[in-house]
Amino acid sequence: MFKIAVLGDRESVLGFKALGLEVHSAETAAEAKKTLHALAKDGETAIIYLTEQYAAEMTDEIAKYKDQVTPAIILIPGKSGSLGIGMKNITDSVERAVGADIF
Amino acid sequence: MPSAQVNATRMELTKQKKKLATSKRGHKLLKDKRDELMKQFLDMVKENRALRQKVEQALMRAHGSFTVASALMSSEMMEQSLLYPKQSVELGMKFKNIMSVNVPLYQFQTKSADSGEIYPYGFATTSCELDDAVDALSSVFQDMLKLAQMEKACQLMAEEIEKTRRRVNALEYVVIPDCEAKIKSITMKLDENERNNTIRLMKVKDMMLAQQIEAQRKADEEAMAAFKASNA
Repeated sequence: MFKIAVLGDRESVLGFKALGLEVHSAETAAEAKKTLHALAKDGETAIIYLTEQYAAEMTDEIAKYKDQVTPAIILIPGKSGSLGIGMKNITDSVERAVGADIF
Repeated sequence: MPSAQVNATRMELTKQKKKLATSKRGHKLLKDKRDELMKQFLDMVKENRALRQKVEQALMRAHGSFTVASALMSSEMMEQSLLYPKQSVELGMKFKNIMSVNVPLYQFQTKSADSGEIYPYGFATTSCELDDAVDALSSVFQDMLKLAQMEKACQLMAEEIEKTRRRVNALEYVVIPDCEAKIKSITMKLDENERNNTIRLMKVKDMMLAQQIEAQRKADEEAMAAFKASNA
């Protein structure tokens, strides 16, 4: 059985605790990076929801896990709103596959 | 142009012809694979976009409710209310094969089936905004899971399409022309050898004929001389 983790600043991720997800709060991007690697390494976490605010500062780390089946790193908007990175990622994968942004 | 010099032999020619046939077949198959992957990928991306928009909107609403709740309650109180969740989620993962790409399929199970169990606190001391927020989150959770599944599938498929595209291009623009050029150069070389041989044989035949004629002439002359001597 796999776990679902939520990673982000405390206020953005607090609510997910009620759903029974594994919540990891990080105060800085560096801390978030460390937690991300730890979660990816343990092999039990299938999905990591990451707030876009931190994702903006750790694109390399996210790219590393892009081609692996686990973990799936899915960006969600943090409490201060969406930065459009999640959408941009979809566009990027289209660009990667097709060679041009066709949407 | 053949990239490396090849031996102009019949064996090499057969080898190259076989290689060309395999490359052409592989090229066709990979092209079909790429087209089918692309078709499925584009459908999936469209869906993915719509779903992401929906999830982001729903999450923003939930965050809004949380902000209001945290304004109405002290942060310690909030923390305390959510500290020990009643509910817990377990995730099962299966794989689905889309054109040789293994994409994950998630199924989740909650520990208790009662959807009312998501509130880990008593209602007496907490604000109703918190209830709203938790409720909004739990209703968006299904979609979030679907989003995770779809987004991962998109990423994996994008990688596979990129790989297949490169292979198709390499076969089409490098391997197949190279092979054809090699075959051409070998056939030309072999033909050239063939002509060489024919010419040589013709030359030898000419020389042999000339020798025979010369020998015949000499014999005739000798016979003539002998005849003249006997008459005299």
